[in-house]
Amino acid sequence: MGAVRELDASAITEAVRELCIQINYVVPEDMVAAVKRAREAEESPVAKQILELLVKNQELAAEGEYPYCQDTGYTVVFIDLGQDVHITGADLSDAVDEGVRHGYREGYLRGSVVREALFDRTNTMDNTPAFLHVRIVPGDQVRIQVDAKGGGSENKSRHAMLKPADGIEGVRDFVLRAVAEAGPDSCPPGIIGVGVGGNFEWSAILAKRALLRKVGQPNPDPKVAAFEAELFELCNALGIGPQSLGGTQTVLAVHVETMATHIASLPVAVNIECHAHRTGTKVI
Amino acid sequence: MPVEVLEDGRKRVSAPLFDEDVRALHAGDVVLLSGAVYVARDAAHKKLLEDLDAGVPLPFDPVGQIVYYAGPTPERPGNPIGSAGPTTASRMDRYTPRLLELGLKGIVGKGGRGPVVRDALKEHTAVYMAALGGGGALAALQVRSQRVIAYAELGPEAVRELILQDLPAWVVNDCEGRDFYAEATAPWRRDDRLPESFRSGAKAPLD
Repeated sequence: MGAVRELDASAITEAVRELCIQINYVVPEDMVAAVKRAREAEESPVAKQILELLVKNQELAAEGEYPYCQDTGYTVVFIDLGQDVHITGADLSDAVDEGVRHGYREGYLRGSVVREALFDRTNTMDNTPAFLHVRIVPGDQVRIQVDAKGGGSENKSRHAMLKPADGIEGVRDFVLRAVAEAGPDSCPPGIIGVGVGGNFEWSAILAKRALLRKVGQPNPDPKVAAFEAELFELCNALGIGPQSLGGTQTVLAVHVETMATHIASLPVAVNIECHAHRTGTKVI
Repeated sequence: MPVEVLEDGRKRVSAPLFDEDVRALHAGDVVLLSGAVYVARDAAHKKLLEDLDAGVPLPFDPVGQIVYYAGPTPERPGNPIGSAGPTTASRMDRYTPRLLELGLKGIVGKGGRGPVVRDALKEHTAVYMAALGGGGALAALQVRSQRVIAYAELGPEAVRELILQDLPAWVVNDCEGRDFYAEATAPWRRDDRLPESFRSGAKAPLD
């Protein structure tokens, strides 16, 4: 074990602030490439025009005047905290929220979060609180990944506790049904994050983490990667297409993550991402 | 003129719309929305219907008007608005028939509508159009001005009057009951490639 590294919480606030602004204006390179690839591959002329508009929307947003989408998302923050790091000066989650608060205000980003879901749907106006996931990892660095996740596509995400007997086909059909039922509402073409295994909540977190991979980067396990490729082909055979106006490019990528589970269980979560895929990472 | 047919076949649409204007709009038409529209989404719709129930006059007269489901980002100094694309329409399905009964003629959002709304569009001769979902930056360029007219406390969900200039949209559900999403996607669906178990829905129920 190395020496303890002291890190002032303000460094985390600043990293989160910068990422919030950056990702809402500048679409990550892998996503730009994925949309352009879809534009070339698309067979429907109307859908090709739509994809051309999405490229224009990316270019306009990158000029820094208008965010890519008016739904600037829930701010989902994944922190890998090195176990040799000692955060000083503020509570970690407060430091993250402070970064979101500054980022959303200074970046002219929309506050899209209400204080409480059921009894007090008052807009907090600064997009706080962030939805924070912290993992303790070896080392003395802090890796911060921020995802601005649109609500429209999040709403179309699905979860099920399948039976082990449902098997690979059951998972495959569940993913297909989720994408088919999302139809136009989730702003296709997007990314499909699939989490299989764990328990009720771990499958959902796996699905979210799957979305945050580089777009189209296959799972390192060849069996899972082959399943991703099969799901990709099948989702695109649905014919939904960009904006659901018909076409061959319904999804830009399908990412699957798997893990251990109970002998009785086959949990599956499908987290749907729109074409407004906004994520970025900083390592401190 | 509320519906003007341009040389390239697109139709420029501006409120107020009358029944004959709505009848001139067909599923699949590409329209350019111009003039005044009223922006309202989830929380604003809830309040609009609460106002109606309480006998309070609505912040705008819906007769012949167009409602745009959106919640823009804050405008930078010197710009009329921030990003301003459409939001998912089906979340407003519960509120929509009541506004159509009052004479609302046009709705702009993105995504599909349920059967109750599709029937109400037929019954009240109204039209649902979809703008480019997720195209918030491009949409901002077609907005000339905005004014918050009610429920300012809702922030991005406040009711606004927007003056548009040629915001592109597609007619999805017309007053004859057609659904352009269904028509446009069907020819591209490759049932021959999709698993039988999925097509028959035999496995893994979604709920």
